[in-house]
Amino acid sequence: MTTQATAEATLPLEAALAAYDPALGLEVHVELNTATKMFCGCPTEFGAEPNTQVCPVCLGLPGALPVVNVKAVESAIRIGLVLNCQIARWCRFARKNYFYPDMPKNFQTSQYDEPIAFDGFLDVELDDGAVYRVQIERAHMEEDTGKSLHVGGSTGRIHGATHSLVDYNRAGIPLIEIVTKPMLGTGERAPEIARAYVATLRDLLKALDVSDVRMEQGSMRCDVNLSLTPKGADRLGTRTETKNVNSLRSVERAVRYEIGRQAAVLSSGGSVVQETRHWHEDTGVTTSGRVKSDADDYRYFPEPDLVPVAPTAELVEALRGTLPEPPVARRRRLQTSWGFSDLEMRDVVNAGLVELVEETVRAGASPAAARKWWSGEIARRANAAGQDVPTYAASLGVAPAHVVELEALVKRGRLNDSMARQVWDAVLAAEGTPTAVADARGLELVEDTGALASAVDAVIAANPEVAAKVRDGKVAAAGALIGQVMRELRGQADAAAARALILERLGQS
Amino acid sequence: MTTDLTRSTAAALADLLTQGSISAREVAQAHLDRTAEVDTAVHSYLHVDTEGALSTADDVDRRRAAGESLHALAGVPIAVKDVIATRGLPTTCGSRILRGWVPPYDATLVTRLRTAGMPILGKTNMDEFAMGSSTEHSAYGPSHNPWDLDRIPGGSGGGSSSAVASFQAPLAIGTDTGGSIRQPAAVTGTVGTKPTYGGVSRYGLVALASSLDQAGPCTRTVLDAALLHEVIGGHDPMDSTSIDAPVPPLVEAARRADVSGLRIGIVRELTGEGFQAGVRTRFEQAVQHLVDAGAEVVEVSCPSFTYALAAYYLILPSEASSNLAKFDAMRYGLRVAPSGISDPSAEQVMAATRDAGFGDEVKRRIILGTYALSSGYYDAYYGSAQKVRRLIADDFTRAFEAADVLVSPTAPTTAFRFGDKLDDPMAMYLNDIATIPANLAGIPGISVPSGLADEDGLPAGFQILAPAMHDDRLYAVGAALEARLTAAWGGAMLDRAPALAGTGAAVGPTRTKEA
Repeated sequence: MTTQATAEATLPLEAALAAYDPALGLEVHVELNTATKMFCGCPTEFGAEPNTQVCPVCLGLPGALPVVNVKAVESAIRIGLVLNCQIARWCRFARKNYFYPDMPKNFQTSQYDEPIAFDGFLDVELDDGAVYRVQIERAHMEEDTGKSLHVGGSTGRIHGATHSLVDYNRAGIPLIEIVTKPMLGTGERAPEIARAYVATLRDLLKALDVSDVRMEQGSMRCDVNLSLTPKGADRLGTRTETKNVNSLRSVERAVRYEIGRQAAVLSSGGSVVQETRHWHEDTGVTTSGRVKSDADDYRYFPEPDLVPVAPTAELVEALRGTLPEPPVARRRRLQTSWGFSDLEMRDVVNAGLVELVEETVRAGASPAAARKWWSGEIARRANAAGQDVPTYAASLGVAPAHVVELEALVKRGRLNDSMARQVWDAVLAAEGTPTAVADARGLELVEDTGALASAVDAVIAANPEVAAKVRDGKVAAAGALIGQVMRELRGQADAAAARALILERLGQS
Repeated sequence: MTTDLTRSTAAALADLLTQGSISAREVAQAHLDRTAEVDTAVHSYLHVDTEGALSTADDVDRRRAAGESLHALAGVPIAVKDVIATRGLPTTCGSRILRGWVPPYDATLVTRLRTAGMPILGKTNMDEFAMGSSTEHSAYGPSHNPWDLDRIPGGSGGGSSSAVASFQAPLAIGTDTGGSIRQPAAVTGTVGTKPTYGGVSRYGLVALASSLDQAGPCTRTVLDAALLHEVIGGHDPMDSTSIDAPVPPLVEAARRADVSGLRIGIVRELTGEGFQAGVRTRFEQAVQHLVDAGAEVVEVSCPSFTYALAAYYLILPSEASSNLAKFDAMRYGLRVAPSGISDPSAEQVMAATRDAGFGDEVKRRIILGTYALSSGYYDAYYGSAQKVRRLIADDFTRAFEAADVLVSPTAPTTAFRFGDKLDDPMAMYLNDIATIPANLAGIPGISVPSGLADEDGLPAGFQILAPAMHDDRLYAVGAALEARLTAAWGGAMLDRAPALAGTGAAVGPTRTKEA
């Protein structure tokens, strides 16, 4: 996908925030993982053949009527409860009317002024341990639309396409939209807070088991609202709504970009246009989309085909009993049990590795090994592939058991650290299990002191000048000799043993 | 058989079929023949399903011969309004925009008809998307009143009322959003019931106004209406607004026809000005018949009814504007390419299709509804209308404390002539003045013939309203009135309707009369 957008002027973040205060608002759409759709019995499985998971109801055929999925309502209530929201005792669905080719009824059954959950908050922990409280305006239920695929043209976008295909499998999938109140006073931490909020929300929803929360598959989608207010002014500025911000990294970058862009507009005497903007992951910029105005009129009215949703106090309390441990408390507990430093734990959390590490430890690995192997090379590769580690690992077929096995090989003394890294790379390249890789490559730490001794002697003989330095007390110079010995033995030696022997030979032990 | 089967009531046909003295095929064929004879003139049907009706009839005959126990109405044929989805049978809603659309599913009430073994004769004509009181807004031309072919058969369900009145079907399904079952019944001398809202599933009923629509029976007798109502009524999990409670014993109420000690409330606001003299006279005589049968008369007042029409014409268009948004040429129905645009967008095709596919009355109401729901106007229009709706429901609640049922003429006039009100929407809308309050409040109502107006010799209707979920009272009072009037007339009122000139047109396997 190419971006034809010409980059707009931006101010550096520091300069922007010296003059303006950002007001940030986030709207997160979450697809629920219910077995069936919001208003009909069609399955919700991702990735099925187009238009195979449809019926008269989700196709909007004349005469068909919706029936509310009780499981979806329960998920919505549970989400409301973990977000510390009030749960409505009585609320209705509403029709949001607008025409769009992939929307079967040309209205979206949603909620308007009577959301199922409202007035909550979520505490999010930042990298340095500071906690920011995000106020939650509402969480409401709605249905997803179909999905358009624009065919022809070079961009895959509607502009230039020769025709479009519509897949209604997604139409009617239950969605929860979670809307924050404007976040004020975030200052230079706005990008970080935005990211931390979405990450915390993702972990929370995952722990609730109400959604796959796969941002890359669209089961969690984020819109960023942002405006700037000149320092000292008391009225919020004009906001933009940036759509399509679908990774944690992008949330942070998009906020950063919009702050810089809006500051450049304002400081040059211009005014921010109220509009929808699109985020471009590849170039890291937002571009102007549809101009929004107050004239946007969805003609909401209560959905007459559905009866009000009136959860009983008993149901709400019963659902409260099913809530998982709050993520912050859970993290503290895991950090203590794993013995990680604050920094180590934060890295694990930020990389989305908590569950994977937990699972790996449960499978028998040490916490340190679990952290080490899931956050090194595989993280780099996952990032390059634009995926999170758990998804990427799953796609490679790499599992916690592999880490357990690798650690055992090191512990038994068969592999040293560099050999273990070599083996892990091969595991990631789908060459097999750690043991299979080690066997195939003939990797085995050399314990034969004879081989080691003759290699050491040969290297000392070949490097008289370096050997002399070591003899004179420059122990650090031994590093070059150790390297040569390891090369000599194709890495299959214990570096510590090689070092000890070299120092002994040169009279330094 | 020497008697004409088409003149029989559904109850009588059911008895003959159960006794085995006639076959379901004979009954279906007799009605199809009648349609071939008269429907060129009456135009009740948009689509006749000869093959399907006969096949169902044969199946019933076979099962009966095999000794299976069948539903009481098995083999009694029925016509279905074209706003109800029928699998494999065209469903156009009287609109160009759905020309040729064949639903892949059955409405719940159609499933119940099929399960009962009732052959579906065809789909009946209607004002486009049930908007109208005359069928003049059908995209496929109007239906005609069998009493006078130059007059309207009522609307929107004029196809169903005229089919029953012209003996093309003993039973028909109608839908009633503001009177579309009851007013056609009144002007054709037939019986029509709008059940309690939620009493009959709306699943598969193409929505006009979701909070007002209700399907119900169109018949020639009160007992037949009760029999059909029991087939289609009852809870449906596919319709969230369906009432999850047993249907009261309707047939039993119709058979007992007992009104002794019943308090009949005359609604002051629905009897005075604007009602044709002959209609009023027949109404008063009908009330007297009920008094003679042992009922007691009280007068009640429902002051908020004054605002009913205004509220109705805000709520209905608002809901309709949204319900009709789905007709966008994307997935089914008509698709029109905009002229003069070489590479049209989806939106341009939608606009061109809706422009070509919807008639003027539909467009008028979509525009009204879109306006009424617009931000800045919502509270003044839709919001106020909902408040009026509440007040009307309160009026009914109070009235039903003083009376067990309420009565009024069904429509202010007898059938008007084609074109009389076509250019005056307000005059057309006023025809529903007496029927609309029941839809706004969700209560049940029935129209039964009260006789012929002296000044024009055309049928007038008597409306009975009952509290929600007390539909049985409609049948008790309706049957009592019907028995006394039939006795007074010395036979059914429809026997006095003019004979229709036969045309002898042949009926093919399926015949679609879509223009």
